[in-house]
Amino acid sequence: MNLNQLTIKQAKDGLLNKEFSSVELTKACLDRIKTVDEKINAFVTVTEKEALADAKAADDRLANGDDASLLGIPLSIKDNFCTENVRTTASSHVLDDFIPPYDATVVTKLKDAGMVLIGKTNLDAWAHGSSTETSDFGTTKNPWNTGHLPGGSSGGAAASIAADEVIAAIGSETAGSIRQPADWCGVVGLKPTYGRVSRSGVIAMASSLDSPGPITKRVEDAALILQVLAGQDKFDATTSPLAPDNYLKNLNKPISGLKIGVSDEYFDGVTDQVREKVMDAIKVVEKLGAKIVKIKLFPPKYTIAVYTILQRSEVSSNLARYDGIRYGNDRSFFGDEAKRRIMLGTYALSAGYYDQYYKKAQKVRTVIINDFNDAFKNVDLILAPTNPWTALPVGASKESPMYGEMADALVEPSSIAGLPGINVPCGLSKDDLPIGFQLIGPQFSESLILNAAHKYEQERQFFTNKPNL
Amino acid sequence: MKYTPVIGLEVHVELKTNSKMFCSCSADYFGQKPNTHTCPVCLGLPGALPVPNQKAIEWCVMIGKSLGCDTPLFSKFDRKNYFYPDLAKGYQISQYDEPFCVNGTIKLKSGKVIRIRRVHMEEDTGKLIHEGNISLIDFNRSGVPLVEIVTEPDFENALEVKEYLQKLQQIVRYLDVSNADMEKGNMRLEPNISLADSQLRIANSKNHKPSAISYLPPYKVEVKNINSFRFVEKAINFEIERQEKILESGKTPVQETRGWDEKKNQTVSQRVKEEANDYRYFPEPDIPPIRWTKEQLAQIQSQMPELPDEKFERFQKDFGLSDYDAEILTREKETADYFEEAVLVSKNKVLPKTIANWMINKKVDSQQTLPAALIIQISLTSQTSPTDEKELGKLIDEVFSQNEKAIDDYKNGKESAIMYLVGQVMKSSNQKLNAQTVKEKIIHKIKE
Amino acid sequence: MKIDVSHVAKLANLPLSKEEKDKFEKQLDETLEYVNQLEEIDTKNVEPTSQVTGLENVTREDIAAPSLPQEQALKNSKSTYNGFFKVKAILDES
Ligand SMILES: [Mg+2]
Ligand SMILES: [Zn+2]
Repeated sequence: MNLNQLTIKQAKDGLLNKEFSSVELTKACLDRIKTVDEKINAFVTVTEKEALADAKAADDRLANGDDASLLGIPLSIKDNFCTENVRTTASSHVLDDFIPPYDATVVTKLKDAGMVLIGKTNLDAWAHGSSTETSDFGTTKNPWNTGHLPGGSSGGAAASIAADEVIAAIGSETAGSIRQPADWCGVVGLKPTYGRVSRSGVIAMASSLDSPGPITKRVEDAALILQVLAGQDKFDATTSPLAPDNYLKNLNKPISGLKIGVSDEYFDGVTDQVREKVMDAIKVVEKLGAKIVKIKLFPPKYTIAVYTILQRSEVSSNLARYDGIRYGNDRSFFGDEAKRRIMLGTYALSAGYYDQYYKKAQKVRTVIINDFNDAFKNVDLILAPTNPWTALPVGASKESPMYGEMADALVEPSSIAGLPGINVPCGLSKDDLPIGFQLIGPQFSESLILNAAHKYEQERQFFTNKPNL
Repeated sequence: MKYTPVIGLEVHVELKTNSKMFCSCSADYFGQKPNTHTCPVCLGLPGALPVPNQKAIEWCVMIGKSLGCDTPLFSKFDRKNYFYPDLAKGYQISQYDEPFCVNGTIKLKSGKVIRIRRVHMEEDTGKLIHEGNISLIDFNRSGVPLVEIVTEPDFENALEVKEYLQKLQQIVRYLDVSNADMEKGNMRLEPNISLADSQLRIANSKNHKPSAISYLPPYKVEVKNINSFRFVEKAINFEIERQEKILESGKTPVQETRGWDEKKNQTVSQRVKEEANDYRYFPEPDIPPIRWTKEQLAQIQSQMPELPDEKFERFQKDFGLSDYDAEILTREKETADYFEEAVLVSKNKVLPKTIANWMINKKVDSQQTLPAALIIQISLTSQTSPTDEKELGKLIDEVFSQNEKAIDDYKNGKESAIMYLVGQVMKSSNQKLNAQTVKEKIIHKIKE
Repeated sequence: MKIDVSHVAKLANLPLSKEEKDKFEKQLDETLEYVNQLEEIDTKNVEPTSQVTGLENVTREDIAAPSLPQEQALKNSKSTYNGFFKVKAILDES
């Protein structure tokens, strides 16, 4: 096995046991990027020089017995996280040459934990989309089949993990942007509770929804990273003062007796192949002792409408600062998708339409939250397909202005309610494209979600499958 | 007069907090090198988030309370979206439908009440400097806490506006929450002016409270760029005349924003709005709402100093000062404090009225002369007439007969009542009496 | 329902070509048609939710901290002059 294929846990063990150095580990990742990224296009920027210097410094610290939790581990970070002195583009030409003078809180925390930043990954421009096709830096391709999309918006992050270009990745999700590409790329993606991880320094998409989180090869790695990221931040007034759990402690707890809800509404319009694999997963979960409970959730089709309005309204305001005066290029540099979203959001907030659209959407948001609250009176977690389909062919997103919303139909409700969720790979389609399912829990139930996901993962061992690149 | 001016006022007051409204950059930007007081938040860099300043919020509530506002228990911030090069984020964080304070008043000397619609918290913009065909932007001011005070259109002339502004300035200075210096832009005013048909207005207001406006003209003109009380008076008078002429010619003035041009001494059209501004307000998702407990609001109230109106009344009552003296001495809090300090150190050997006279007529420099030094000065220079015991007794009896309440007050332990009586006696004499002697005699007489 | 694309573009400060306006008009109408489904949901006695955290009263103490140095503040700008950001004259001021 090559070093770049390791999980965080394996890499950490190797570093601590001096089986290899962080420089060797980092070089293995950089080599892999050099070999495959031309095909995948997962990275917007590769920070080779800085990464090697950081790896060298990490080796020195390791030699001195430092055991910071990510010391010497190469990570990729989605290019909508501000990184001090490293170009940050949000995959838009508006920010072609923007060099932030500050780090996102997430980046600060990862640096404090000792990570080696290997590069910035591609996304749909401004995180607007579920394909990476709206990126101004080219589409990222799915490592399982480069004729297909990786999903998005954290498509670069998910592809960088599936292609073993890096040990772990940081993405962000507004509604689906972690779970959906993780699903299409056959990797683990954890979207934490809104407010669990700081948004400071993350280029805002929809402020009331944005949640940074890890995309990893294993559930255990996701827990490890969440441990680093979670917590209140004085730079983000919406972060929770609740103390983070110990996310690693309960990973191996038996899940017998756990009540897992399954709702028919989440199988509407889902392809047969996806349905079949998710049903198989449900059987595995049952075998592990969990109790499957039929529930009825609010139909996702309405949540698409709610999400469309809320997200575009907030987008129209969040993108107002890009006027080309203090940084970046002027507003003519926005791509079609951003312009469309700004226009719709502006319209939905404008005089005479606010009540009909924005306020109405916020009210339905309340209905959705209440619906989940009711559901969680009877079940501990909800299990559903992450995506109705497997990865679509390159070009698919260009057919409909609502493409992204449709692809994210099954992840949007929980995002709107601010709930945590995880994508867990559970199989391959006939044409060898990954299929996953998601586990959704109440606010701040990450510990339980990770526990159930880990137990399933260890039982099913999907991770033994690797794409042929 | 055929037309009655209908004038409302928006005032922005910059708070003198240590840090800005939503970031920890220093708010003390005046005279600093450009763009040296900025950070990702107030520069509106990608990803930066606002975290509100607790002190600024409390000060906003204080201003509201001192204007007699209601302070609802729930309040929130909203985004006001518009584009301008000095607006870093493309929106201003402000308050829309649930401001910190609503429904206040300021009472003018005439007894007329100006209603205050709302007092809310927001942030300042950067500063634009125009140089020929370019404009330069300094973001040092961006994000400085700003309190906006909005009146109902209750003013009818420039003098009322001026008096209101002076009172407002006095109040925020008393609260010590702003320098309220017009020239430095700490206090900025935007009057909106229109003219109503006087007949219609009277006819419509008959069934209402005297100050309630029931007839508003179908247009209004907003005037910006006013940086002194003098100019606000001029600008309003100019507008009244200008609009009158237009109305006389049978037309309606255009609804617009005008600026005060101090060189031309007139208002000039700034921009004809092709469409109404549409600020697309919505709740600020980055800042959780504010919910007060009654105790918290009481706590803020308890931190407020005595306000000018209360002080004015107390000075008259306790120290026997005239309207005129009390008004001058309470105009600025520092003067009032100096006076009270002098009264205290005089240990009743000098009449408060005499101290007031000295301060007002001799223009005592409070920076140079300590209150104690002033009292020594007064004592040394005060040559009093030898006392005619009999004459004095008569004067005291006369004053007693007219001021039974003050005597009762004194008997009930209100020490200050004695100084009032002393003042009355001194006033009724045509000679310069020794206050201490008068005081002793009065006390003696009361005890008889 | 038809969106007045020119008006909205002006509010949004987006320079759009005639082709873009036509294209967006069609696409935005399509999107609006989809979101109009929300009318089917009864929200009569429902309060709107703008934040999901339930947090309240999150503020910071009034303590000043160092700002960015001037050159850091200006370094990403394409147009500066003497420590200022520079733009073309703002037309509608005097
Ligand atoms: Mg204002
Ligand atoms: Zn700042």
